[in-house]
Amino acid sequence: MLQVKGAVAHPQSQYVEMGIGDYAIIGDCRTAALVSHEGSIDWFCLPHFSGPSVFAAILDQERGGRFRIRPKGPFRSTRRYCGPTAVLQTTFETPTGSARLIDAMPVVQDSDALHPLREVLRIIEGIEGEVCFEVHWSPRPNYAQADALIRSRGALGWSCSWSDEIFFLRAEAPLNFSSQEGAVVGQIRIESGQRIRFSFCYAKADIAVVASLGREADERLQSTLSWWRSWSDQCVYAGPHRETVMRSAITLKLMTFVLSGAVLAAPTTSLPEWIGAERNWDYRFCWVRDAALTMSAFTGLGFRSEARAFLEWLLHATRLTWPELQVMYDVYGRTSLRERELGHLGGYRGSRPVRIGNGAYRQVQLDVYGGLLFAVRNYVEKGGDLQDDEARLLIGFAQTVCRQWRDPDSGIWEIRGRKRHYTFSKFMCWAALDSLIKLNDRGSLLVGAEALRRERDEIERVIETRGFNESLNSYVSELDGERLDASLLLMGCLGYKDPAHPRMRATFERIQERLGRNGLLYRYEEGNDHLPSREGAFGICSFWAIDNLARRGDVDAAKKAFKHILSFSNDVGLFAEEIDPETGEALGNFPQAFTHVGLINAAMALARGTDSDSHLS
Amino acid sequence: MSASTLPTISSMIIWGFLATLVMTIVMQGAQGLGLSRLSLPFLAGTFFTGNRRRAVVIGFMVYMLGGWLFAFLYFLFFTSLGVYTWWAGMATGLLHGLFLLVGAMPLLPYIHPRMASEYDGASTIKQLEPPGFMGLNYGYRTPLTTLAAQALYGAVLGGFPQLAATLQ
Repeated sequence: MLQVKGAVAHPQSQYVEMGIGDYAIIGDCRTAALVSHEGSIDWFCLPHFSGPSVFAAILDQERGGRFRIRPKGPFRSTRRYCGPTAVLQTTFETPTGSARLIDAMPVVQDSDALHPLREVLRIIEGIEGEVCFEVHWSPRPNYAQADALIRSRGALGWSCSWSDEIFFLRAEAPLNFSSQEGAVVGQIRIESGQRIRFSFCYAKADIAVVASLGREADERLQSTLSWWRSWSDQCVYAGPHRETVMRSAITLKLMTFVLSGAVLAAPTTSLPEWIGAERNWDYRFCWVRDAALTMSAFTGLGFRSEARAFLEWLLHATRLTWPELQVMYDVYGRTSLRERELGHLGGYRGSRPVRIGNGAYRQVQLDVYGGLLFAVRNYVEKGGDLQDDEARLLIGFAQTVCRQWRDPDSGIWEIRGRKRHYTFSKFMCWAALDSLIKLNDRGSLLVGAEALRRERDEIERVIETRGFNESLNSYVSELDGERLDASLLLMGCLGYKDPAHPRMRATFERIQERLGRNGLLYRYEEGNDHLPSREGAFGICSFWAIDNLARRGDVDAAKKAFKHILSFSNDVGLFAEEIDPETGEALGNFPQAFTHVGLINAAMALARGTDSDSHLS
Repeated sequence: MSASTLPTISSMIIWGFLATLVMTIVMQGAQGLGLSRLSLPFLAGTFFTGNRRRAVVIGFMVYMLGGWLFAFLYFLFFTSLGVYTWWAGMATGLLHGLFLLVGAMPLLPYIHPRMASEYDGASTIKQLEPPGFMGLNYGYRTPLTTLAAQALYGAVLGGFPQLAATLQ
């Protein structure tokens, strides 16, 4: 059964198990929060995406902490975003009336006024009749490890402090401290037409700025709505499913760290790739291998300043490791992302361990060079400029590729254990050199192109002789291997081979046969990563397949497949990293930038395919 | 130089500047290291503007100037006592710091144009968190870091003539 969209009924209980897809995201491009169907903020990290959590109920219902505003008694809830913005609206229907909860993280525009370092603004509006809400605020800083002090601050509301951090909760309603729950709680009756505002403010290492409520809070909300609408207006995409593409673009923007331009893989950690299993990783970092597709999404949609900021981050963050690339960096470009397990947290529906940091940063992945250099090429081809010092950095990366492409690595999927000769990594090394040659040919930089051409052609020869299995009639995951890998579909998307080429067509068919399930694709065959548990189908791989279909002219099939995959998004258009093909349940970290990038690029390929079709007819 | 006469103007300017520098390093260092959220330059700057960037710059200048001017008062005090020693300076600094923490800080919500109060709440203009008694709202180590900074400030000013006398 696929995920139910629309209204969700909630029986009343202290802790309701939420599906991963039951969440929506709000944010201010510095950090983000996940809000559940029942109005509970169950995940929130401060001061930025990779900072420690203050609410982590999604990873431990009892210990994690939450900020919940929900009706008392049974209710049904429906959600939507307010147009092309990141402002969420949850409507609750109860036997006595209905009300809506508006959630936003205000975007600051007026530099002449003081603003909190971060703020979550929550407003309840009575729609009909009378609804009784219960409020529960239980901050648990530092992944619920801090010894925090919650106290009343008189007319300023409630504060929770630890170390050099302070959290304020202000409300237009009386709240009390419950020592039993270790939380600030309250019951609020709201009538039709009434508005009650809540502001959660945060400060670190500075004197706190406490946001005002009332009319000023409404103005902050209006200003935030206007900012998002004006940002969305820059989108030039006019193809099919525009609203869905816009939601993906906004989600991508929400995961773009505005202070550096870095794009996060996801704002969460340890949401499992299979319920109850150990495939739980921290994704609150920036993967260089995602750069090629992320840049294509930005430039294709017309978000030029995001594209420039992302390029600058890519080239700035990687200076510490230049001329080599690390697999991932944090939002500021820091290179040490030591992995730790948080044993005191129970994990999402018992999926342990909960990890912070990501040990994969130590891996060698040769595909990252292709990710970065293809992104630069895409940026320049879409009208961006490259400065001389930036060009010199790129040449250094190309030299590293020439030196290392013959070595084994850990591959795109970061499989732990021995290194292998992944065909995908060789192909991305080819893409790295090819991108630089094309930049040279168009005069964007000067490089010894002949040497690079020789090396690129040699990589191609290896891929075509050892990366293609004649008996299978398909490209394969490893050189001289027999297994398949969905990442090989990218060969058709990034210009290595025309998707209509017999080898690509055959590979497409083999991948569908072996990795396809209910219209979705697994990334590789079971057992390939030596982990004991299963996992879901990998969201972006299905979009790569659509991209291939559209590029080779099978537009109708691509449209059908696209529509089918969209049916797996949640009620507000969000995707996780993976999808359980049997139940449609979202799996893995959420929302996943890579999946939304895949959606955007597939939609753009579809739009181009549709245009070509209409020109032909 | 005898203990009953003021140091020369140029000496007072130099040592006043040095003492202010030491105090600023301790206070800002304590904030940077997460020991306290108190920022006196920010508090001073927000008297004049609500623009955070401008407030920090203006506040820093006001704070440095204030530290400098206060140095003259310290020198007058030492001269009137006829005692110029680092420990007398430190004791004066501690007394000054204690006054700031116990007297001046709780008074701030009533005189600072942008400070909220726990009685009246926050408004569009009044948004800064009040320091509370001894600045404890800004972290429980705030009194210690403030007293340490003030004590060092006084010790530098009181110790200067002592050092000068030793060198002569």
